[in-house]
Amino acid sequence: MCLFQSVMNYFPEEVLEHVFDFLTSHRDRNAVSLVCKSWYSVEKFSRKKVFIGNCYAVNPERLIARFPRLRSLILKGKPHFADFNLVPHDWGGHVYPWIEAMAKSRINLEELRLKRMVVSDESLKLLAKSFPNFKSLVLVSCEGFTTNGLAAIASNCKFLRELDLQENEVDDRKGHWLSCFPESCTSLVSLNFACLKGEVNAAALERLVARCRNLRSLRLNHALPLEVLQKILVQAPQLNDLGTGSFTHDPNSETFIKLKNAVKNCHSIRSLSGFLDVNGRCLPAVYPICANLTALNLSYAPGIFSNELTKLIRHCKKIERLWILDTIGDKGLGVVANTCKELQELRVFPSDLYGVGNAAVTEEGLVAISAGCPKLNSILYFCQQMTNAALITVAKNCPNFIRFRLCTLNPIVPDAATNQPLDEGFGAIVQSCKGLTRLSVSGQLTDQVFLYIGMYAEQLEMLSIAFAGDSDKGMLYVLNGCKKLKKLEIRDSPFGNMALLSDMGKYETMRSLWMSSCQVTLGACKTLAEKMPRLNVEIISENEGGAGEVEARLDDRDRVEKMYLYRTLVGPRTDAPDFVRTL
Amino acid sequence: METSVATELRLGLPGRDESEAKITSVSNKRSSSEMDDSCDPQQESVAPAQKAQVVGWPPVRSYRKNILQKKAESSSDGSAMFVKVSMDGAPYLRKIDLKFYMNYLDLLKALQNMFKCTIGVYSEREGYDGSEFAPTYEDKDGDWMLVGDVPWEMFVTSCKRMRIMKGSEARGLGCL
Repeated sequence: MCLFQSVMNYFPEEVLEHVFDFLTSHRDRNAVSLVCKSWYSVEKFSRKKVFIGNCYAVNPERLIARFPRLRSLILKGKPHFADFNLVPHDWGGHVYPWIEAMAKSRINLEELRLKRMVVSDESLKLLAKSFPNFKSLVLVSCEGFTTNGLAAIASNCKFLRELDLQENEVDDRKGHWLSCFPESCTSLVSLNFACLKGEVNAAALERLVARCRNLRSLRLNHALPLEVLQKILVQAPQLNDLGTGSFTHDPNSETFIKLKNAVKNCHSIRSLSGFLDVNGRCLPAVYPICANLTALNLSYAPGIFSNELTKLIRHCKKIERLWILDTIGDKGLGVVANTCKELQELRVFPSDLYGVGNAAVTEEGLVAISAGCPKLNSILYFCQQMTNAALITVAKNCPNFIRFRLCTLNPIVPDAATNQPLDEGFGAIVQSCKGLTRLSVSGQLTDQVFLYIGMYAEQLEMLSIAFAGDSDKGMLYVLNGCKKLKKLEIRDSPFGNMALLSDMGKYETMRSLWMSSCQVTLGACKTLAEKMPRLNVEIISENEGGAGEVEARLDDRDRVEKMYLYRTLVGPRTDAPDFVRTL
Repeated sequence: METSVATELRLGLPGRDESEAKITSVSNKRSSSEMDDSCDPQQESVAPAQKAQVVGWPPVRSYRKNILQKKAESSSDGSAMFVKVSMDGAPYLRKIDLKFYMNYLDLLKALQNMFKCTIGVYSEREGYDGSEFAPTYEDKDGDWMLVGDVPWEMFVTSCKRMRIMKGSEARGLGCL
């Protein structure tokens, strides 16, 4: 290393920088910056892309000091369980301070990607005005903004290439945000507004599409009828990725025939989604492009019946990523297994959240897929029931899983055949899938499953647990065994203080730990916070009754309803609302 | 096979669901195009009511939940989605889902197929004059109307049941 180092130091910094340019992964660049001072310095000034997995682990000032030439930032805010209403509204995760700080320091920001953050119109307006070279905005599962904010982005970002809104809660003011793209804007490559609920100006959209010759990805919202889709496809046959808006029309009409012809002309479409508000009998219009599809998302279309789904899928032999609803049924999954030999990622979402489960999939479908799709490595599967035997078979068939998320609709349902817990099944999965990095377990589970996880899941980085385990031992197995664990989220499980406090140093090696409706007490959390100053231990109360509510529960012996702890370099956050207390 | 009176009693078995399985059907069957009758006993041991009570379970983002809720609402509020269809002289009634069809042409084609009859073409002046059969429906007010007079969407929401009348009778309706 010494000889190497002196040889490397002989090279001017430009050469080092050029070499580092080839390192694209954040981890590699982080490693490189630890080698020596000069590498640290070169890496620091040449770093363009920064990833911050927890926005409260650092602050904007430190980010800017550390990477003054950053151009692209990824930020994540709320804990994952916020997606399922377990985190009260107003918990935090505001992006404004970040944008403000970067604007003040004249950072040449070009790309911003946010997940589970609160984005105000004010933030968007500031963003739009402060960064002249801004190119790409991607918002996933965010909230807090209206179409007025989008209008600001459209009006001011002269070189905007990408505006991608995925599953956000947007207050649609029905303003003409889309019309705010000036006539001079021709740079759009990707536009996704599928999650917007309101009308958009169809004529403005058509003109926009016509002048943006580099447009590759377009996802419409449900307010746009088939007529508009047809006109757009005529203007933009070069699209790679299409999200239809509503997809329902009289199949005998002239519009529909025109649509069919327009679709036939779109030879480049590789990814298809949307079908918000669909009539299944319109689906044949897309058959001509199915043969080349690598990604298909039909999970927003509860109106498509199983036989229509399978008819469509039979055309899709090259699919690598498939998102569907459980309306497809086990038999439909059998068709997928026979047809989609290139399948890598499958997500089967529940279609019936409010009634009696009647359209669900079972272990049969999963086994069929595992047998038929040799390249499968990522799965999210909501199912009515599961068995250990099925999971063991799946584990044998698919040793290459990197992500395995199973969700039984009844969270504590046992093995449907033997009435035993599902410990052995999940045990088989972790034992067989040596590269597993993400796991979600469900069904009736004892401490045994965690013994297996701790023993075998060596690469596991994220684990989600709900209604599982018998005692502290379960959690201990995981904390002691999974050396690469980064995120652990637990709800409604009998883990308590002993498990929480057994290895406090472990939490500094992790991004975060969430525990809700478990057995940890206020006293234990206080102990942890005291001993570990570089952790923020947040106690989140349900009622927004203010600090008084939290203070009223002074007793250290009381259970804590929700605890979220995370490592941080910057101490307790200053924007915590009343119902969040950082110990 | 003359039916002289509109009020004559009709032999009718209870209406049957269409064979294309609808996911909104109330039965506990799994969705599949072959009517899979296996009512899995283990499924009954799963308490379906339980899942509705647990906050945040199944773990699905609100965005997705809202889409499903919208769909569930729109398919369950239909005052006339599944409607009984009787035909004069036929031994039993059928049931169809009006939401499945896009327009009158669609619907009439399907009815003609189902009952093996010819209904013919609608005209505003003559109704289905000249055809052997004419489709009629009972609306929300209880009146018997000729199919085709009102816009399709209005028809779907106001139709409670249908009756395919013998042409000779229907002529009366068409002339009003």
